[in-house]
Amino acid sequence: MNGAKRLTTPLKDSDLDNLKVGEKVFLSGIIYTGRDAAHKRLVELLDAGKELPFNVEGQVIYYVGPAPAKPGKPIGSAGPTTSYRMDAYAPRLIEVGLKGMIGKGSRSQEVVESMKKHKAVYFAAVGGAAALIAKSIKSKELVAYEDLGPEAIFKLEVEDFPVIVANDIKGDDLYKQGMEAYRRV
Amino acid sequence: MRTLDASMIVPKVKALCMSANYYLGEDVLKALNEGLEKEESPAGKAVLEQLIENARIAREEKVAMCQDTGFAVFFIELGQDLHIEGDLYEAINEGVRQGYEEGLLRKSIVSHPLNRVNTKDNTPAVIHVEFVPGDKLKIIFAPKGGGSENMSTMAMLKPSDGKEGVVNFVVEAVKKAGPNPCPPIIVGVGIGGTFEKAPYLAKKALLRHLGERSSIPENAELEEEIESKVADLGIGPMGFGGRVTALAVQVESHPCHIASLPVAVNIQCHAARHKEVIL
Ligand code: SF4
Repeated sequence: MNGAKRLTTPLKDSDLDNLKVGEKVFLSGIIYTGRDAAHKRLVELLDAGKELPFNVEGQVIYYVGPAPAKPGKPIGSAGPTTSYRMDAYAPRLIEVGLKGMIGKGSRSQEVVESMKKHKAVYFAAVGGAAALIAKSIKSKELVAYEDLGPEAIFKLEVEDFPVIVANDIKGDDLYKQGMEAYRRV
Repeated sequence: MRTLDASMIVPKVKALCMSANYYLGEDVLKALNEGLEKEESPAGKAVLEQLIENARIAREEKVAMCQDTGFAVFFIELGQDLHIEGDLYEAINEGVRQGYEEGLLRKSIVSHPLNRVNTKDNTPAVIHVEFVPGDKLKIIFAPKGGGSENMSTMAMLKPSDGKEGVVNFVVEAVKKAGPNPCPPIIVGVGIGGTFEKAPYLAKKALLRHLGERSSIPENAELEEEIESKVADLGIGPMGFGGRVTALAVQVESHPCHIASLPVAVNIQCHAARHKEVIL
């Protein structure tokens, strides 16, 4: 991707201040995986006032359920899954400091509002570009919920993971604005 | 009457599971490349470039092009003069079991829609069998990802809704799906038949070679009209805005009852995988 910005996790507010929807970003550092089942458990812990299996402050969660890895590789094909299934849980995590989410597809108004209020962003990765994305993942380590199989929480070390800003801290939405710009009806 | 031992089917199915998930069809690749030339939006172009590159990596490294390696769907054409010795369904499921395990493909099937317990081997497959003349067995494997399957829909329209009703229903379905089914998509449309026949036709429509028009004039006309309306929606690759929302619209039809006009839309993502073998 030409003209992409580079960001390293954990993300600080100052990293997000100038990010605009449509901007290409290469992410490096640590990111965490999580899908429906893991999110449900995280929010249950928050509701019970218990500690989470990892500190979400400044972190990024990637909505993914990877394919099995080849021997010697950290991970199999690993593209994003559809984000709306995590909409019910995302605001709770954003409240406690989550700064970024990676997935595909648009978010609910509630999530967009929450990102605006607490300064967080939503990055879209290219759905189906799973073999390409896997190349930017350097290591994978189990963090919690092994029983969930591919849906467990893993810690991934990534280098130049390609994403595009889909919702920024101003409440802008790439999906809405993009479609508006090219619509002919 | 020719006889075929069911055990012969297992390795063929196993190989199909892997090749379909590793190698994107030339027709789809060509459509992605044509899309890249047509696309006006920079974000849309970036997506298409990534998808073309992704297909290359998957092919060269023999890895799944998408991590969602899908529900294993089969269309079987069974020659009437062929006798299969043994259990055809079990042979196919065994091939899936082996192919998904050895091919490092993700197992995405749960044993009951409500208990959500993973069967851990991606079985059972969905298997459609049709009888055809001859003594051959044709196995078409078309794994289907959840993201695009979830955006599929159907309706029982009134005959008076006519062509306009069908066009509007399909375009509305694509619009509602928006970025979720990983556009650029292929839109499979089934019209006519009964309540269960229309979705079956819609899914079968996805098996057609991309870029080929229906040989039935009414269907071909529908395809063209829907394609042009879908292009106007502006959804674009991955829903980032752009021109290339659908690579094709493909319509299959069947005679229907005087009182009904069933229409079904099966949305297929750009990871449009299908491979076949004849035994
Ligand atoms: S919709 Fe298709 S390309 Fe997108 S994640 Fe699912 S299977 Fe992969």
